[in-house]
Amino acid sequence: MATSNNKRAQATVHGYNLPDEAGHFGPYGGLFVAETLMESIEELNEAYVKFMQDPEFLAELDADLQDYVGRPSPIYHAQRLSKEIGGAQVYLKREDLNHTGAHKINNTVGQALLAKRMGKTRIIAETGAGQHGVATATVAARLGLECVVYMGAEDIQRQSPNVYRMRLLGATVVPVVSGSQTLKDALSEALRDWVTNIDNTYYIIGTVAGPHPYPAMVRDFQTIIGREGREQMLNKTGALPNALVACVGGGSNAIGLFHPFIEDDGVKIYGVEAAGLGVETGKHSAPLCAGKPGVLHGNRTYLMADEDGAIIETHSISAGLDYPAVGPEHSWLKDIGRAQYVNITDDEALAAFHQLTRVEGIIPALESSHAVAYATKLAKTMDKEETILVCLSGRGDKDIFTIAKIEGIEL
Amino acid sequence: MSRLDDCFAALDAANKKALIPFVTAGDPNADFTLTCMHEMVQAGANIIELGVPFSDPMSDGPVIQKASERALAAGMSLKGVIALVKQFRKTDQKTPLILMGYLNPIEFMGYERFAEKASQAGVDGVLTVDIPPEESADLIAAYEKHALAPIFLLSPTSNETRIKKIAAVAKGYIYYVSLKGVTGAGHLELGDVEQKVRQIKQHTALPIAVGFGVKNSDIAANIAKISDAVVVGSALINCITDHAGNEQHGREAIDDLLVGMRTAMDAVPRD
Ligand SMILES: Cc1ncc(COP(=O)(O)O)c(C=O)c1O
Repeated sequence: MATSNNKRAQATVHGYNLPDEAGHFGPYGGLFVAETLMESIEELNEAYVKFMQDPEFLAELDADLQDYVGRPSPIYHAQRLSKEIGGAQVYLKREDLNHTGAHKINNTVGQALLAKRMGKTRIIAETGAGQHGVATATVAARLGLECVVYMGAEDIQRQSPNVYRMRLLGATVVPVVSGSQTLKDALSEALRDWVTNIDNTYYIIGTVAGPHPYPAMVRDFQTIIGREGREQMLNKTGALPNALVACVGGGSNAIGLFHPFIEDDGVKIYGVEAAGLGVETGKHSAPLCAGKPGVLHGNRTYLMADEDGAIIETHSISAGLDYPAVGPEHSWLKDIGRAQYVNITDDEALAAFHQLTRVEGIIPALESSHAVAYATKLAKTMDKEETILVCLSGRGDKDIFTIAKIEGIEL
Repeated sequence: MSRLDDCFAALDAANKKALIPFVTAGDPNADFTLTCMHEMVQAGANIIELGVPFSDPMSDGPVIQKASERALAAGMSLKGVIALVKQFRKTDQKTPLILMGYLNPIEFMGYERFAEKASQAGVDGVLTVDIPPEESADLIAAYEKHALAPIFLLSPTSNETRIKKIAAVAKGYIYYVSLKGVTGAGHLELGDVEQKVRQIKQHTALPIAVGFGVKNSDIAANIAKISDAVVVGSALINCITDHAGNEQHGREAIDDLLVGMRTAMDAVPRD
């Protein structure tokens, strides 16, 4: 449904310097939490501001990203895929090659270092697909910190390999049975834990959601994707890409790719939401395409709610995109027209999953398959000389049970 | 004078402290809540906090989470709560009513529209858990226009700067959260509460209500000694669930608990 306006112009932006000091991206973002959390958040904000300018901290972060995560991740020219599509050249930013298999670790490595600097001994996290949970349990194991991961009871069912992985890493996985028993409820439960244990606990949010400074901080840790990708495209092709494509759950891999290109006028930006069974069916996870602004989990942003403001249940084949809100910076980029937000159905994502696996020998995460699916649509409308840089946010090992089940195969 | 100010002035004159029950509106249904509200006044409640159910109550423990789920399942909404207040006001024009909930339903209704409708229905104050004063300017302006009191929380971790910031914008009363955690949580330390309430009182003339963790008459009486008002919530909702299937017994259990608290609070010697 989105291909019709591919050629729509996107706004140019210069002097982009958001959020403001209070965490606002225009009307979005901000700090909407109970007084009981304010002190912890102020403490976190001070640490974040301080350490992001501390050369020693940044050097340690760089070393970890290189030696532990395995950065830089390469960009890969998917030539057979590009040929099969018959349009623009598709390049993949290979976040799937990171340690633990997704971009999530870029953020957890950074926040865990911060937690350590702040003297916290206990780490908590929420997780949907389990990728962020695994990435958190991993860094907690490495730093010798206690780790508790909140996960919706339904997600525990559909992502069991990751649950086992977290337990192997020494984390306690707590099933969340409130509400819809998915990512949003896990996030609420983690906030409740935090407010109860603020003295020793650091909350590592897995995406660019939550109260300020999380959307800015998680973005800052994820922009390594776009900073590397920008330089790699220049080296490899001699030019910036004509378009960027990334899937948007909370929006962390997407903003990580997009942010370093915001002031590059020639580069079009596409964020891909999960259309589930189709946006028109109401069973989707596409707040930017079909929601409206409201306040959830500490910030103002586009979200999915009924007319009375109750958050409604979302649907996506991929647990990592199954979230009714989105990082506030994406809401702003949408409103100012710098980025365009489109959507891809479960079926389209599945088709792209198989296509990339067969043609390139790369098994993508179902989340990332949404980006690949949109990139194939977009590429068809572009010239052969043009390029698209797609964030391949994660690998699909965790999803093979879901895929097999859909295809009626028992593993 | 507002209903809230009148209420605290009258209590002061009688040398009494306010008893403030919290129930989630619509749990298990709207009729129950309406009857319950009148009965709670009979049992000695001075002010009522009505919880507006929300799908994602981030600051609430399991008891109030479940109450919200039941209320939403029974069809309650912000509009429904306002309608309930209108019903209540047909026979009680005196008891102050406070709505307590989360911001998103108010965002969706619109600040101005919400303030106007709530005020017309007879709401006296609004406590929105997830909006600190830093983000509240527009909301407070709407409340001011419609004579609604913005009620704010303070917590054990609120430092001097935050106390001042909140004292500068709060009206009606200030709600002191007695412990670190969510509603219905563990154990409250009386000594710590007393010290903090004293600190807060250096910055405001507003009455201080204390809540979270008030479970029985003893705690209520002890809190009454060191504050101006006692808020009880999860313990009342437990009465409803303990008697699920028999609404009248649920209400009677609530009344008994409140009568016990009222009696214990009034027996506290005053200086
Ligand atoms: C591989 C992968 N991609 C994308 C996402 C979505 O998150 P975000 O939008 O924050 O990048 C997830 C979340 O679990 C994920 O595991």
